[in-house]
Amino acid sequence: MPPLLRVSDLRTYYFGFHGTRVVKAVDGVSFTVEPGETFGLVGESGCGKTTTCHSIVRLLAPGARIVSGSIELDGQDLMTRSPAEMRKVRGRRIATILQDPMASLDPLFSIYDQVAEPAYYHRGLRGQALRQRVKELLTGVRIPSPESRMREFPHQMSGGMRQRIVGAIAQAGGPRIIIADEPTTNLDVTIQLQYLNLLKDLQRATGVALIFVTHNLGIVAKMCDKVAVMYAGKIVEMQSVRGLFYRPRHPYTKALLDSIPKLGVKEPLYGIPGQPPDLAELPTGCSFHPRCQRAVDRCRVEEPAQLDLNGDGTARCWLPIEPLPSA
Amino acid sequence: MHKPLLEVRDLQKHFPVGGSLFGKTRGVVKAVDGISFTINPGETLGLVGESGCGKTTTSRLVLAAEEPTAGTIEFEGRNVAELSGAERQSYRRKVQVVFQDPYSSLSPRMRVGDIIAEPIRAHAGLSSAEVRARVAALLELIGLRPDAARLFPHEFSGGQRQRLAIARALSTDTRLVVLDEPVSALDVSIRAHIISLLEEIQRRLSVSYLFIAHDLAAVSHLSHRTAVMYLGKLVEVTDSLELCRAPLHPYTKALFAASLPSHPDEPREEIVLSGEVPSALNPPPGCRFHPRCPFVMPRCSEEEPKLAEVAPGHRVACHLY
Repeated sequence: MPPLLRVSDLRTYYFGFHGTRVVKAVDGVSFTVEPGETFGLVGESGCGKTTTCHSIVRLLAPGARIVSGSIELDGQDLMTRSPAEMRKVRGRRIATILQDPMASLDPLFSIYDQVAEPAYYHRGLRGQALRQRVKELLTGVRIPSPESRMREFPHQMSGGMRQRIVGAIAQAGGPRIIIADEPTTNLDVTIQLQYLNLLKDLQRATGVALIFVTHNLGIVAKMCDKVAVMYAGKIVEMQSVRGLFYRPRHPYTKALLDSIPKLGVKEPLYGIPGQPPDLAELPTGCSFHPRCQRAVDRCRVEEPAQLDLNGDGTARCWLPIEPLPSA
Repeated sequence: MHKPLLEVRDLQKHFPVGGSLFGKTRGVVKAVDGISFTINPGETLGLVGESGCGKTTTSRLVLAAEEPTAGTIEFEGRNVAELSGAERQSYRRKVQVVFQDPYSSLSPRMRVGDIIAEPIRAHAGLSSAEVRARVAALLELIGLRPDAARLFPHEFSGGQRQRLAIARALSTDTRLVVLDEPVSALDVSIRAHIISLLEEIQRRLSVSYLFIAHDLAAVSHLSHRTAVMYLGKLVEVTDSLELCRAPLHPYTKALFAASLPSHPDEPREEIVLSGEVPSALNPPPGCRFHPRCPFVMPRCSEEEPKLAEVAPGHRVACHLY
């Protein structure tokens, strides 16, 4: 049984100034997503997590190009698809939810038009069946009185409701995977909790797989089954969510976990020295070595290979942190 | 008993809305509706709440950027509304601000040295050599090299820019800094640095902070006491650790329940609030939180609860206590 989605050695670069400046936004990323799984992609801004997602659905900005690698959905290669064929993949098999709902909704179309569109094109629904489906979808994302709400426009909705509508649109084509790129960053905390619980419920009801892109480790702890930590265009560590939180192996993961304030604890926070590198001028060797406390000479010259953690996942480090023997 | 540095009493700010230039206004938004709190010297008061609850209006009132509709703000024992011109200058010198986004709060056309020196030149009347020395000392305080003064803001990363904004806020004889979401726009690995820097500055200069944020974990980390705001009212004020250990107001409980876990198996009391924050134009009668409250009683829709002390230093506005 092949995994639902397999990304192998994906490299997406941005070419600027007639190719003289190459930004390696995604540089050899591989991962798999199983049906019904929630896969977290974590990292700081500019680490390449969004470019990875855009590469999967092939909605890259001009100037960006997938240089190498393969993306397989249900065992079928997506890289060889024509743009017209990709249009049948987006929305029908892979849907996306972006950070700002006002940017993904069209202010000139009613909620009905926007939720109905994927069901019309991808599911071939018409007339009363289409109307019924839109009503179901809106009820599914807990929009009160969907019959009257579907005649309204995005500006008449609150931020939380708009993002729920985007969730309904993502569902409308009946996709196998939803890519959610920081979907709750613009929402208030209580609304964020409502939304995360809603996504979980939808996932339970439909068995859709989720790729959750975030910089917030709390969201990862709440939502994800498997997590990949990205740094400077590479996945530096990939583990099950419990493994990552209890036995972080890459120094960057450990540092990230130590740098977040925890409720009710006033211990000093660990700040990672320095700042993320310029993706056009990466340091030699391991990209994290200038900020790593454990760095040795080898880290400065030789790029670490992907290390298999005895079934626990993978890490790209010459000196991974040894887990404490579990009590 | 020391005197508080800042004492806010029954502060209100109402904004008229609707209506045209000559038309009648259609209503008032009670952005801040009768809040009282104090900040002691060297203390950090955290102010948490969701968007639209009045946090930013409160900060603008404290900064004297906005005139209150009613209520008083006392700073070092003097009513701010009654200060004379020169005294008001001195107030503005002592109360400074750091904003959320260091990309828009620093002028891209000014050199860092001038950005930090501007408040000193405007207020202190020092010679240029003294100003330079002061700027160098401030840069050292925030952990940057003195030659950074010749550079422009675009040559710095987001975290360094936020450091510069902090240096500017400390450049006069600052006693109180209003921190309006100072780490929300920064990357996770940078936030810890800024929080630690703010803590260290407080230890060295014993300035007070009014720390406004929506991230409970960051607020409880940095603040001595925390005030929780909902729709223009304070609903709970107490020691930060006490608030984390035993939140009393149902809204505070819900905020904690909604804050994200720090590891996958963290036990959680799940209180999922239904609905959204009502409009401040037409707040519900009685307790403003009652339409969303899981513990609502008949009394809550009729009578507005007062912020009352239920334990030493722990004030809650709720009929349950």
